[in-house]
Amino acid sequence: MTQNPSATTAVTQPLGTQESAPPLIRIEKVEKTFRRGPEEIHVLAGLSLTVPRGEFLALMGPSGSGKSSLLNLIGGLDRATRGVVEIGGERIDQMSDRQLAAWRARHVGFVFQFYNLLSVLSAERNVELPLLLTHLSRSERRKHVETALDVVGLRNRAKFTPRTLSGGEQQRVGIARAIVTDPTLLLCDEPTGDLDRKSGDEILTLLQALNRDFGKTIIMVTHDPHASLRATRTLHLEKGQLSTEGAP
Amino acid sequence: MKFLYLVYSSLKRKKLRTVLTFLSVFVAFLLFGLLCTIKEAFAGGGNAPGIDRLIVRHRISLIMTLPVNYEARIAQVPGVAAVQHWSWFGGLYQNDAKNFFASFPVNPEPWLEMYPEYLLSDDQKKAWLSTRTGAIVGKSLAERFKWKIGDRIPITSPIWPRPNDEAWEFDIVGIYDGAKKSTDTNGLFFRYDYFDEARARDKGMVGWYVVRVSDPNNATEVAKLIDQEFANSPYETKAETEAAFTQGFAQQIGNIGAILIAILSAVFFTILLVSGNTMAQAVRERTQEIGVLKSMGFTNELVLVLVLAESVMVATSAGLGGLLVSWLITLGGSPVPNVLPVFVLPMEYLLIGAAMALFVGLISGVVPAVSAMRLQIATALRRNA
Repeated sequence: MTQNPSATTAVTQPLGTQESAPPLIRIEKVEKTFRRGPEEIHVLAGLSLTVPRGEFLALMGPSGSGKSSLLNLIGGLDRATRGVVEIGGERIDQMSDRQLAAWRARHVGFVFQFYNLLSVLSAERNVELPLLLTHLSRSERRKHVETALDVVGLRNRAKFTPRTLSGGEQQRVGIARAIVTDPTLLLCDEPTGDLDRKSGDEILTLLQALNRDFGKTIIMVTHDPHASLRATRTLHLEKGQLSTEGAP
Repeated sequence: MKFLYLVYSSLKRKKLRTVLTFLSVFVAFLLFGLLCTIKEAFAGGGNAPGIDRLIVRHRISLIMTLPVNYEARIAQVPGVAAVQHWSWFGGLYQNDAKNFFASFPVNPEPWLEMYPEYLLSDDQKKAWLSTRTGAIVGKSLAERFKWKIGDRIPITSPIWPRPNDEAWEFDIVGIYDGAKKSTDTNGLFFRYDYFDEARARDKGMVGWYVVRVSDPNNATEVAKLIDQEFANSPYETKAETEAAFTQGFAQQIGNIGAILIAILSAVFFTILLVSGNTMAQAVRERTQEIGVLKSMGFTNELVLVLVLAESVMVATSAGLGGLLVSWLITLGGSPVPNVLPVFVLPMEYLLIGAAMALFVGLISGVVPAVSAMRLQIATALRRNA
C-alpha cells in the first residue's frame, strides 16, 4: 500500500525537495526560534521543503524535533522567524493576520490529535463551523455538512454530541470538519495518537481515501511508524532539520 | 445571526454557572428598578411637579398654619393666576393607624380647576359641590378599602378632632382617576367649609397654599413678591416652586437619591466583578477551542465579538428580566400606600437600566474578549496538548 516516490528524488536536491513542478508547498531556509527567558531555542534551523500537489506526506521525528512547529508554519498558525513559506503560489509568511485567517478558511483543514471538537455542539454543528465563515445559506451549509459526514461515514451520528461518540467517531467528525470547505491542504497532527489500533487504522484508511480519491494533499505528523506507512512519502526531522527521507 | 447559536451554546457549557451569573445580574437590576421607583416616590411620586405652581407655607415649618384670608391677598400679587389652600388632615379609617392615608380639606371648584390631572366626571363634580359632607377618593384608595360611591365612611384625625371626639363622617360622592399613570390616586379630598365649621380648634387657618403663576419663567420672582407681602407679619411665608418643595420634603428623611445611588453603585460594582470573573473563567477554559476556531479562519476580531456577545447576552437578558419584573411589581401598586402613595417605575429609568445592562455586558466581557482576541493559535493549541 505504501508508495514512496521520494525514494527516487535526486540526491542533488535539498532534502525534502521534489523535482515535479509546480509544488503546492515551497519552504525555503525557514527558521523558527522561541525565547524562553534568556535562552533562545532554535526549533527549525534553515529548513527547506517542497511538497507537490496531491501528496500524502508523513513527518516523523522525536519530540521537540520541530514537526508540529513546521506543521503550524505550513498551516499559517504561526509565523517563521526567517525564511519563505509559499503555499499554492502565495507567500503566507508575508500575509497580515486577517489575510492569513481568510487564507486558512479557504485552503486548509486541520485534524488534531485530541479531535478538538466543541463539546456543546452536535457533530453536524461542529462540522458546520468552518462554513459559518462563508456566504453559504443555511440549507447550502446543511448540504455540505451532510456530504462531509457521508464521506467519513457518520451521517447517522449527525445529531450526537462529542461525548456520546467514540474516539474514532470523534476523529472522523474532526476530519469531516476539516474537509467540509473542500480545502486544498489537510494538516493532521498525530491524528491517530489518541486512538486504539483498530480506530487508528480506520482513520488512516479514511485519510488515504481522501488523498487518493479526492486528491487532497495531506501532511501528517506522527510518531507511529505504522501510520507513516500509509503516506506516499515520509520525512524525518531531527533538531529542526530534515535528516532522512524515505520509509521509516 | 448565524453565529448566535455558537454564542448560545457556549452559555450552555456550564449551565449552573450561567444560571448563577444570570440570577446575580437579574437581582441587581430588580433592585435597580425597585430603588428607582422608591426614589421617584420620595421625589413626588414621579408626578412631574407643575412647573407653573408654587407652594406657600409658614416660614418656620410646614406644620405651622396660615390664615385662610391670605388666599385673597396672594391672589392680588402680580403674576398669580390662581391660588388654592390645602391642609393636612391625617385621616385614619376605622380609627386604625394601619388604615392611614393622605386626606385634605379643600375648596372643590378651584381645587379641581387647579389640578386637571385628577379626573372626575361632571356628575360626581356636581354631587361634590352639592353635598356638604361629600368627599372624593382616589381610585387606588377606593380599591384598597373597597369603597364605592354612596358609602358613608367614618374617619378620625388625631390632628383635627371634632369637639365631641366623634369620628368625622364623609359621604363618598366621587372616585377620581389620574390623567397619568404616575398621578397619585391614594388620596381623599373633602370640603373645607364642612371641615372648618366642624373642627374643634384653629378655625380659619389652613396648612399651605398652592399658587399657579401666569408665567412659569417668573415663578421665582412671584415667590419673592408673595414672601414680601407677608414679611414682618405674625405669619411670615416661604414660597417656593413645587419641585423645590417636594425635594425639601423628601430630604427631611435624608438625601434619598444619594443613598440609593451609593447602594446601586456598590451593587453594580460587585456585579461587574462577578460577571467579569465568570467571563474570564469561561474564556480561560476555552483556550483550546478559541485556538481551534482561529485555525479554521475565525479572525481575531470575530473572536472578540463572539466573547463580547456572550457577556452581553447574559447581562442584557438578565438585566431586562430584572427590570421587567420590577416593573410588573410596581404595576401591583405600592406595598405601603400610606408612605409611598405613588409607586411607579418611569420609562426613563427602564431605558437607563437597559443601557446599564448593555454596559455591564460590554465591560465585563471586554478583558476576556481582548485576551481571546490576542491569543496566539499555536500557543492555545499547545496549552491544550
